[in-house]
Amino acid sequence: MKYLPLVLANLGRHKLRTVLTIASVALALFLFASLRTVVTTLAATAQFGGARRLVATNSTGIVFPLPIAYANRLKAVPGVQGVSWANWFGGRYGDGKRFFANFAVDPESYLAMYPEIVIPPDQKEAFLHDRGSALIGERLLTQFGWKLGQDVTLQGTIFPGDWTFTIRAVYHPTDPVIGDDVLIFHHEMFDERIGRAGIAGWFIVQIDNPDNAPAIAKSIDDLFRNSSAPTKTGTEREFQSSFATMWGNVSLLMGTIGLAVVFAILLVTANAMMMSARERTGEIAVLKTIGFSDRMLFALVMVEAGALALSGAAIGLGGAKALYQATKFNGLGFLPGFNVTSATLLLGAAVAVALMLASGLVPAMRAARLPVVEALRHVE
Amino acid sequence: MALVEIRKVNKSFQRDAQSIEVFQNLTLDFEAESFTALMGPSGSGKSTLLNLVAGLDRPTSGSITVGGANVSVMSSTQLAAWRARHIGFVFQSFNLLPVLTAYQNVELPLLLTGLSRKDRDERIRIALGVVGLDDRMHHYPRQLSGGQEQRTAIARAIVGDPTLILLDEPTGQLDAKSSQEVLALLRRLNDEFKKTIIIVTHDAHAAERAKSILHLEKGDLVEKAGSAA
Repeated sequence: MKYLPLVLANLGRHKLRTVLTIASVALALFLFASLRTVVTTLAATAQFGGARRLVATNSTGIVFPLPIAYANRLKAVPGVQGVSWANWFGGRYGDGKRFFANFAVDPESYLAMYPEIVIPPDQKEAFLHDRGSALIGERLLTQFGWKLGQDVTLQGTIFPGDWTFTIRAVYHPTDPVIGDDVLIFHHEMFDERIGRAGIAGWFIVQIDNPDNAPAIAKSIDDLFRNSSAPTKTGTEREFQSSFATMWGNVSLLMGTIGLAVVFAILLVTANAMMMSARERTGEIAVLKTIGFSDRMLFALVMVEAGALALSGAAIGLGGAKALYQATKFNGLGFLPGFNVTSATLLLGAAVAVALMLASGLVPAMRAARLPVVEALRHVE
Repeated sequence: MALVEIRKVNKSFQRDAQSIEVFQNLTLDFEAESFTALMGPSGSGKSTLLNLVAGLDRPTSGSITVGGANVSVMSSTQLAAWRARHIGFVFQSFNLLPVLTAYQNVELPLLLTGLSRKDRDERIRIALGVVGLDDRMHHYPRQLSGGQEQRTAIARAIVGDPTLILLDEPTGQLDAKSSQEVLALLRRLNDEFKKTIIIVTHDAHAAERAKSILHLEKGDLVEKAGSAA
């Protein structure tokens, strides 16, 4: 503690440089935390899925629908306990700049399969009994200032026209991956508006035993193999993973960008530390003359590097955590449950320590090894 | 027994392929409580001798003993600890840390001791009082005159109550008035506080304030004279 004024005085020697160095470390670790949280959120999304839920889509691709009539045949497959279906709607609200997911589902069977969607019983009843109603995530309520009983109109993009729904229920997801900014409405009304096309985007199939999932999935696909719309069935987790992989190898991309950013900042910090130490060659020689040991000077330079790196880390990582928490950021609905995890914070702290070691080591060793007589000759 | 005993010291520097001999078999004593001025032309080895006595540099051969401790065989860590306890060093260009106040600069050697904050504070105030800067202790070096800066440097050198005070051209950057103040202070440290002082100087007037003067020329002791001061 008694050396603290010396460390602080040295850090305050070039205030602007110190502030900019801390800011660059903070920015780097903010970006690091953000990019890594994209990766962890996508990974969590890919891991989402009830063990007893399968998803069947058109084998050609998810954009191609399946006949809704498949539902009854699916129910007859051995091991299947329940079937529901849904359609991506893709409607826009207001100026269309604020996107949120919305899709049509068969409400009763769908909600029965997703206990993670928690709705007050009275609101659930109201939603189930009103074909023109919508169930919305609690975030939409605060985001748009909507109220229960209010009519909201979406502009259809895939299915043109104005689509008006009455908000009858608000849900709270117990699993953040589900997202709290989704609008769900009745598939029956949707089907009616599009002229009884009888299509579903995908089926969700509840099975009796998770161990039977591969066999049941195969049975389902075999059942429709020779039809005009063959299916591709897998676990819900595989279905979610396929969405994640639609983004490409995001983990690799984000990881690479994150590393590049951290490396760039490492160079900036190391340069600042080396400049700082080089400018003080004479002072280091004077301290050695006074009796400061090589080890002590090494430690002092490392503490300075540490103070820069850890201050930057605290601001960057703490800022990321606080910002995303306060704004409830979810990447326009694509990154539900976006939250800087403790593991990310720990990893960021480890990066900061590595940054401190890498940026401080060279100037610290230089200070420790400085030949005092030669250095004094330059000073004198 | 002398406080500083220099015995058969050889010191050479390597410049490219050339070896430059600074001292050859130099033998010299500095008595305790003495005040000695080292004079001589540039390159005569004055500062090198000061560096050797302070343990900042090592002799090529021979031994240097200060207060019974053979500094020529100590490791760099041992030397650092020894310097902290026994040596006060004053430079020509003051070499105060510009980011620290006079008080904090004087505190530096005490940080290396196990003294409590209160004891450190007491010693700093005494040292700054001795050099007449108790009213400037919270000033930064840039807020002090050259003479005040050098007096702060002297306070830093004496605050740890060292065995030996070494000064390398302490008046080299001072005007006449400040020089006289600093020299009077050194004399007082020697007379009143019985400090052993070795001062390297080009200035004959400065040397006259010492009790003895040594002349070095090309590494050899050419004359030893007492001062009338």
